[in-house]
Amino acid sequence: MNHVFRLQVGPVSFRIGSQWRRPVAQLRRLYEGYPEPEGVCDFTVRLEAERVWRRWLRPSVAIRGDYVLPDAAPLPLAQGLLAAEMGMNLQMALGQKRFLLLHAASVERDGRALLMTGHSGAGKSTLGALLGERGWRFMGDEFALLDLADGRLHPFPRAVSLKNESLGLFDGVDPARLGPVLTGTPKGRIRHLRPNGEAVARMGEPATPVLILFPRFGRDLEPTVREVGAAEAFMRLTQASTNYVALGESGFDALTRFVGALPCRAIDYADTAQAQALIDELWAKA
Amino acid sequence: MAASLYAADPPETMRQFEVEGLTLLYHRKSGLTHFLAPPAPQILAALSAGPASAAEIAARMGESFEIESEDPAAAIAARLAELEAAGLVWRT
Repeated sequence: MNHVFRLQVGPVSFRIGSQWRRPVAQLRRLYEGYPEPEGVCDFTVRLEAERVWRRWLRPSVAIRGDYVLPDAAPLPLAQGLLAAEMGMNLQMALGQKRFLLLHAASVERDGRALLMTGHSGAGKSTLGALLGERGWRFMGDEFALLDLADGRLHPFPRAVSLKNESLGLFDGVDPARLGPVLTGTPKGRIRHLRPNGEAVARMGEPATPVLILFPRFGRDLEPTVREVGAAEAFMRLTQASTNYVALGESGFDALTRFVGALPCRAIDYADTAQAQALIDELWAKA
Repeated sequence: MAASLYAADPPETMRQFEVEGLTLLYHRKSGLTHFLAPPAPQILAALSAGPASAAEIAARMGESFEIESEDPAAAIAARLAELEAAGLVWRT
């Protein structure tokens, strides 16, 4: 690999190699201030030319690494940064064995964590990032890492991938924290946001989860809160986990302990102000 | 024809967690997680004493539970078929 970038995010380290300079330069800029991992990295991501000649003619990036999805479509080189981010997700989703991985956003206050999970478009990523700018410590918007031994949540504060309309909500942040606008991606218009200094400085500090939320966004939805039973929460969290099945019994034990001990609520909201009001109300009781 | 005898893995090969009247069961042999509603967990518990027919399981369960059914063995047989399909019991 001609260009290499090593990155520590929470308890996980990545080595990203690329045949092209630009994706690595973009990563370096986006992750400025992140610590460099010591020793051998947990996961390797390789961005390679789909075929040798395509490196020069119409370049296209294929994501490779320790774990590979055979049908992952190559992306145009202009989306190399997105390919690197997707590559890191893929290695985590398929290879992580130390934590139960939940596709969820998490934020922290006073050592206590709020976990938000839901389908794509539910707004967990946007809400997590917004709360992270409004007095909470941002722990992650993509994966929450549930410790199999002690049930704490570990931060995984990767760059937030802001999509489409949510880009406008972050106009006020320091432009140096924003990556390039990527248009025409499989998820529409995307721009990455580097988590703030506190999120990066405290990426080694886990937190005790105290509340699980299942947010749902819809322009026509009335703001509502619904109690979610532990059985439904368990089922939804197994669906939200990328490695529940692979972990076997330790995943079962961690997840039953998790849903057995924590209140779970589903919230509907039509805008972020409503969501924040509901979250503040629920957090005060948690 | 003799009634089928059903068997299940011993309780120590499974992890169980009660939640809202349901039982979450992790089956080590298959690595699968099951959601069980009553009386399925009770049937598995009854089988921990050894293989049994539907009527014998009903009798074993009758020692600990009141069974509200005119034909307990038929009701148990229907649940046994579901547990068999889920891979949690088998015929010996």
